[in-house]
Amino acid sequence: MYIYVTIIRLPLITLQRPIRPSLRCLTTSQFTFPTAKKLKLCQAMKIFSSLLLASLVTTCSAFVPLNQVLNATPIKTRGRFAALKMVSRAEKENPYMEELKANARKIGGRGRGILASDESNATTGKRLEAVGVENTEENRRKWRELLYTAPGLGQYISGAIMFDETLYQKTAEGKPFVDVLAEQNIIPGIKVDTGLQNMFGTDGETATQGLDGLGDRCKAYYKQGARFAKWRAVLKVDDRDLPSEKAIWENAHALARYAAIAQENGLVPIVEPEVTLGPGAYSIERTAFISERVNSIVMNWLNRYDVVLDAILLKPNMILPGLDAPIASKEEVAKYTVQVMKRSIPPAVPSIHFLSGGMGEEEATLNLQQLQKEYPDAPWSLTFSYGRALQSSTLKTWSGKQENWKAAQDILVKLAQANSQAQLGQFVEGTHPDGKNAPVFISILRFVLGGCMRLISRQAVEVDVSIAQRKKSQKRPRCK
Amino acid sequence: MSTASPSSAPQAPASSHGLEAYHLHLMEAAKLAAQLTQHQKNALETIANQMARPGRGLLAADESVPTLGKRLVAAGLVNDEETRRAYREVLFSHPDLGEYLSGAILFSETLGQKAVKDAEGRLFPALLQSKGVLPGVKVDLGLEPLEYSARETHTKGMNDLMERCQEFYAQGARFAKWRAVIRIDEAANLPTRACMQINSAELARYAATCQACGLVPIVEPEILIEGAHSAETFARVTEAALSEVYYTLAQAKVFLEGTLLKPQMIMPGVDSPSEGRPRPEEAARRTLEALRRRVPPAVPGVVFLSGGQTEEQATQNLNLINQLAKRPASPFRPSSTTCPWILSFSFGRSLQASVLATWDGKDKNYEKAMEVAGALAKANAQAQLGEYQGPHPSVLKGQSLHETNRGWGANAGEGGGKGESTAGATATVPPSGETAA
Repeated sequence: MYIYVTIIRLPLITLQRPIRPSLRCLTTSQFTFPTAKKLKLCQAMKIFSSLLLASLVTTCSAFVPLNQVLNATPIKTRGRFAALKMVSRAEKENPYMEELKANARKIGGRGRGILASDESNATTGKRLEAVGVENTEENRRKWRELLYTAPGLGQYISGAIMFDETLYQKTAEGKPFVDVLAEQNIIPGIKVDTGLQNMFGTDGETATQGLDGLGDRCKAYYKQGARFAKWRAVLKVDDRDLPSEKAIWENAHALARYAAIAQENGLVPIVEPEVTLGPGAYSIERTAFISERVNSIVMNWLNRYDVVLDAILLKPNMILPGLDAPIASKEEVAKYTVQVMKRSIPPAVPSIHFLSGGMGEEEATLNLQQLQKEYPDAPWSLTFSYGRALQSSTLKTWSGKQENWKAAQDILVKLAQANSQAQLGQFVEGTHPDGKNAPVFISILRFVLGGCMRLISRQAVEVDVSIAQRKKSQKRPRCK
Repeated sequence: MSTASPSSAPQAPASSHGLEAYHLHLMEAAKLAAQLTQHQKNALETIANQMARPGRGLLAADESVPTLGKRLVAAGLVNDEETRRAYREVLFSHPDLGEYLSGAILFSETLGQKAVKDAEGRLFPALLQSKGVLPGVKVDLGLEPLEYSARETHTKGMNDLMERCQEFYAQGARFAKWRAVIRIDEAANLPTRACMQINSAELARYAATCQACGLVPIVEPEILIEGAHSAETFARVTEAALSEVYYTLAQAKVFLEGTLLKPQMIMPGVDSPSEGRPRPEEAARRTLEALRRRVPPAVPGVVFLSGGQTEEQATQNLNLINQLAKRPASPFRPSSTTCPWILSFSFGRSLQASVLATWDGKDKNYEKAMEVAGALAKANAQAQLGEYQGPHPSVLKGQSLHETNRGWGANAGEGGGKGESTAGATATVPPSGETAA
């Protein structure tokens, strides 16, 4: 038995050894993402060292009874040997398990959240056309390059979700986006569902497509450098019979199946059961009731499919009343959101990333901060995975013009910083960079300059705080 | 107090534990849970938070007449009401009990018994309340085998639960306990999902009923340690069972903030070979992992049952678990809590075995036995804080307290509670020829 342990188990142990995240990478961006060549070299070194160790131990065991050695080793090592017998099969047979858990913890780190830049080509097209930019692949590439090369973004963003096309794109200089993100200490993610499909015989409810061939696609994405995946399930809610039992079960099943497949292929699954904000005067209590129900059903399905909860991320909606109901204060939103999460999400899930759907940029930030006040010692990190709340102002600032590039990146980083501060509970109300809260003299300056700009360019440009900075930056040479 | 009307109870289905019964239990539970007012919820939450406090735990002194009888007879005593009363009095008399216990679970008979040595001659519930210990009550009536799986059980006691709970509340009880049992047998493919589902549905309906009467329900899905399974199997079954339980409680919309969980610590089966046994630290880590994966943070407390461990083992395991739980959940978030629920004890045998041995039925041993009871409670209270240091006050050295087939038998429900009439119930026959409880 001891020979079995040393010759067969030890090499496997060392091969499964996780890349231990050092706390250094919190403060510096020293995390270098290994290229394919480096990975192969690492693997080779690991195999060589484990064989060396095995041969050493075998020769030693001839002289020293191994059980004495094992008894003398410190508890940490013994614990790792014993642990192999205690994990369940889905964990035991998955070689990616330690890496998945480490990545999930890293993405949910303090003061950081996810940038959801995974809009499909059609949706991205709509957004680009709204600011007067044509929907071509080159423009989409430029827009995402703007986002990912924003300097200092990695201090506030831990992961960026990409669309299929974007994962394979490069910067203008030819550097792949995954490398750009790795240098920023941002983990690349990938949207793996292929869109919503209407369920016939329901009131506009949808199921999410994308399970066919998902395993192979996940393998390819992992190879390209993605380390987490996203799947969006949408449920509609109203006062009476939405969501239907059929829609909940279909979406819960698909989420569970997707999560199992993603974990099998080394991607941390973001489970997104979105109870979408919709028309109607339904109350916040109704949203809470439905969200609790949906979350508990999704959790049960995940458990049935042996999805390891320590290696998933949850992306739910905040609890908001219907669009036609009176607006809820941030205290109410936080109270119901925390109540729903406490009742349905076990502590093993490392972090909960709320989506911004239906909330304005400032509202999203303030609500996030209120959550920290409501539940300061939460077992899961309560953080963000914002798409529009980080990109709206950025896109408007850029508007496709090269001269606005720096300013747009500044806005993006400032928005990310604001949300990061909110996650830490340190955001100061009234300082949100979406431009509606600037101090008085800046407002006057903005008004005057805005008037001049309108006179000069005859465009309805939304003026924001960076007008003065834009003027300044135009004089400074842009450094690469 | 209770506002639900008992007259709305539906007709009992043909079988007490088939598919029909499952849906019926869920529907009734949902109906009762929906009628709970905010005032009732606040009261329940207060009691639950009182039960789950740091440095305190529960004493499970709720053995039924036959179960306690077995132990008294084994100690050479007579199993009559006076002996049982005197024994419980020894357990509850220590003056500082309130510093180590937040609650004590009683048998229904005990609720109406008097403490004769007490200066004021109070009944046990009042005596306990005066010490700051909340009285609780066992409300189930023992186990019954399933028709479709002879070695698995569901729990009896649902038929007139509402009336009994109201009566217990009037007698002074403030929380309740219901024991559901799940058996592991890898060769026979146990546990079946049907067993877990029916037990979860009964737990949900029991929980909703208790809450409607003002009692905080302790949800106890005990997974037996009888068998030769490994700790890994035990962990997987625990996760599956807890997943089913909390899913069912969520379906029925039971008020989780007013419930407690009473699980078993994760360990290999009693008959498993000794080479493969994990170290206590590993078992503690695995217990925490299983709970973190299945128990929502809304539950205020998780109180472990001792299930046949020796007194010393139970205290040491609890201590280890609480020491591990003090570490933060993630190295990236030093302020996060690993376990948002209090991890405490609800020990029966592990708090009583030494007391019975010391007391031995003789009045002259009364003081000494009382001291032992207090010392045991104190050791476990320290373990709850992760601060237990030896030596252990147990007087029995290393004897296993394990009992097979606990809770079975035709007489399991008698002695104070109303008997349950189940249509078509056959007399229970323990499988391997051991004598019934």
